[in-house]
Amino acid sequence: MAQEDKENIIDQPEVIRHKMVTIEIAGKKYEVPEGITIIKALWYTGQEVVRGAGCLGGFCGACAAYYRTKDDPKVRTCLACQMAVQDGMSITMMPPFPARKAIYDIQTLKDPKQDLFNLYPEAPLCRNCNACTEACPQKIDVREGVWKAVFGDFKSVSEMFMDCVMCGMCTPVCIADIAPNLVALYVSRAQGAHFTEKPLGLDARIKEIQDGRFNDEWAKILKMSEKELADHCATVK
Amino acid sequence: MDIHALQQIVHQTRDARRKQTFPKFSPADRDQLIHKYHPDYRERAYRPIRFGPNVGDKTVVELATLLEGDSPIAEGFDLTPDYTTDVLVVGGGGAGCAAALHAHATGAKVILATKLRLGDSNSVMAQGGMQISVAPEDSPVTHFMDTLKGGHMQNDHQLLKVMVEEGPSIAKWLLSLGVLFDRDGDGNLHVKKGGGSSKPRLLTCSDYTGLEIMRVLKDEVLNQNIQLLEFCAAVELTSDERGNCTGAIFKDLDNHRYAVVAAKSVILATGGIGRLHIQGFPTSNHYGATGDGLCLAYRLGAKLMHIDTFQYHPSGAVYPEQLIGALVTEGIRSEGGHLVNAKGERFVNELDTRDVVSSSIIRECEEGRGIRTMSGRIGVWLDTPLLDAEHGPGTVEKHFPAMMLQFERFGIDISKDPVLIYPTLHYQNGGVKIDTNSETNVNNLFVAGEASGGLHGRNRLMGNSLLDLMVFGKRSGLTAAARAAAMPQGKLTVGHLKGFRAEAKKHGSVSGVVSPMILPPYTRKE
Repeated sequence: MAQEDKENIIDQPEVIRHKMVTIEIAGKKYEVPEGITIIKALWYTGQEVVRGAGCLGGFCGACAAYYRTKDDPKVRTCLACQMAVQDGMSITMMPPFPARKAIYDIQTLKDPKQDLFNLYPEAPLCRNCNACTEACPQKIDVREGVWKAVFGDFKSVSEMFMDCVMCGMCTPVCIADIAPNLVALYVSRAQGAHFTEKPLGLDARIKEIQDGRFNDEWAKILKMSEKELADHCATVK
Repeated sequence: MDIHALQQIVHQTRDARRKQTFPKFSPADRDQLIHKYHPDYRERAYRPIRFGPNVGDKTVVELATLLEGDSPIAEGFDLTPDYTTDVLVVGGGGAGCAAALHAHATGAKVILATKLRLGDSNSVMAQGGMQISVAPEDSPVTHFMDTLKGGHMQNDHQLLKVMVEEGPSIAKWLLSLGVLFDRDGDGNLHVKKGGGSSKPRLLTCSDYTGLEIMRVLKDEVLNQNIQLLEFCAAVELTSDERGNCTGAIFKDLDNHRYAVVAAKSVILATGGIGRLHIQGFPTSNHYGATGDGLCLAYRLGAKLMHIDTFQYHPSGAVYPEQLIGALVTEGIRSEGGHLVNAKGERFVNELDTRDVVSSSIIRECEEGRGIRTMSGRIGVWLDTPLLDAEHGPGTVEKHFPAMMLQFERFGIDISKDPVLIYPTLHYQNGGVKIDTNSETNVNNLFVAGEASGGLHGRNRLMGNSLLDLMVFGKRSGLTAAARAAAMPQGKLTVGHLKGFRAEAKKHGSVSGVVSPMILPPYTRKE
């Protein structure tokens, strides 16, 4: 191995000063290394994690958690696989919340914008408290999204909620018993299935395949020897 | 040194690099690079499997140990079924959901069991997109050849032809369910160029393609009222007197009880092995990626293939500590992001295949041109701010919102500062050998998605996994349902374990390892 340039080393304060901090998990105090994620803190303190961990990459919403930092009264939300612990932090995992999901057949909806009120009659009852927006660890303007859904602006909702990981943290805080993430999911699917242009190029390609447009090329390729095929593939740039 | 000071070289060399083009390596150079630096060629990490269907084949030590592991189920276990179904799907990711939906649509009774929640999977994290040849200048044949080239010509031709030809109809199905793929101004599907592909072919939902597809498929599984067994880990399959698959035994992770499911056909959609951390690599994989399906299928006599080859995604985060192993999407490189060493130089064509790019990063680091962190990690820079410089301010934020948010949580603005990356264990290229209907050499046992092998050869092309899941999820679901409709339920035994245990004993396998692993052993014991 060649000589390493000593200059190319990153200082990491959290590594240099490998420091233990005191945190509270579900009301109990533990000492853990500063800067590890909440999920890692659970493992570090000897807890078996079955519920509350999923993709570990911030996408699946399994590890929704509440936390409060030292001396701050504000309880905040986070994804536990994406949040670093700090001294004095109090943490608890969010239990599964029994929100009601409406059942529908997305493809046969007749009037999706009107159907919203049958499937989720609580949606228009939003009292504008904004707690859902404050609860969202993905920084989605959830309250605005609920209003846009009610006013039929499905396109905006589908764009706003593309970041939604379905952690459901917007739901327990709603005083009108709306499950905004489920409303947005319905709205987004309806937008995709009913209010988005059909891509003509896709249908053309499907028809080409059905009509056997590529059959000659397939026949040619599939009877090539390994060597011929490799050479042929090498010509594709 | 402060990370910002070290990053300066990336900023300083950006304009000069923008004028450069970096040619792809010649086939001979590629091969040499891979043989020298790719982890698949580290001999000491491998050993032959001692018995079973793949006796003598080499794989990584961690996997070999689990494949030879003992079943937790004793002979004489009470196999009275707790549930009975036509089709049993094991796994709740993309392949599992697709299989369950298609089987259910034929009228079959379906149970979907998963050891975590429905949807907890790698599928949900797929950011790069889904390869489908929809563009006029593209074709399924070109898709086939690109994939074959990427897979080092080792792909199963029949499986691959099926996948590329069914791609467009899969896109149509997903659209009909409400998946919001990115569009062009004329309403056609927008396609991006992916590493190793000759034509733009990636369908995307910004950098949330997997999440968007999985949100929709999960919702559809619930709308179709498919019976779920969540937090239930499959620990053994059952077989009849002829060795055909007849069901599975689960361990309920909530109450630690066993549950027996009698099924006419079983589909394993259990994903890969990232959480085995082979060769000590960090991984981009989800919590449950412990290769359970491979162990179950192997004990029942299913043949595996290409299990000596794994994909190390070129860009796993190295800094900050909290994100180690997490994926930095390939989309950054697709849009022109450079890889830059400590000297401020490019060293590979960033759009080469994953094995080539990963090997070149390992080369830079081993030859002293990497950047080290105090925690002992090493990496190279990925020039993310280049995208804003190239395509206008706001590009990174608009095209990669998921990644922006992920780093923002740790005070890093990737549109302003480059990120430090190193290859991360990402994908199991091989798996259980299947035919074009996703069936294994064991009757009525199907495997779909990452747990299967053959389709991707020795290196999966970016964007082919999401398509694999949908195509073979569908084919397994349809075939398993049709099979179930035409046959009675077979007897439930664990007779296959007798032979397996005798073999293990003969080969002195008394390691005491019980498999499947179910979840990685991260909990500190003291």
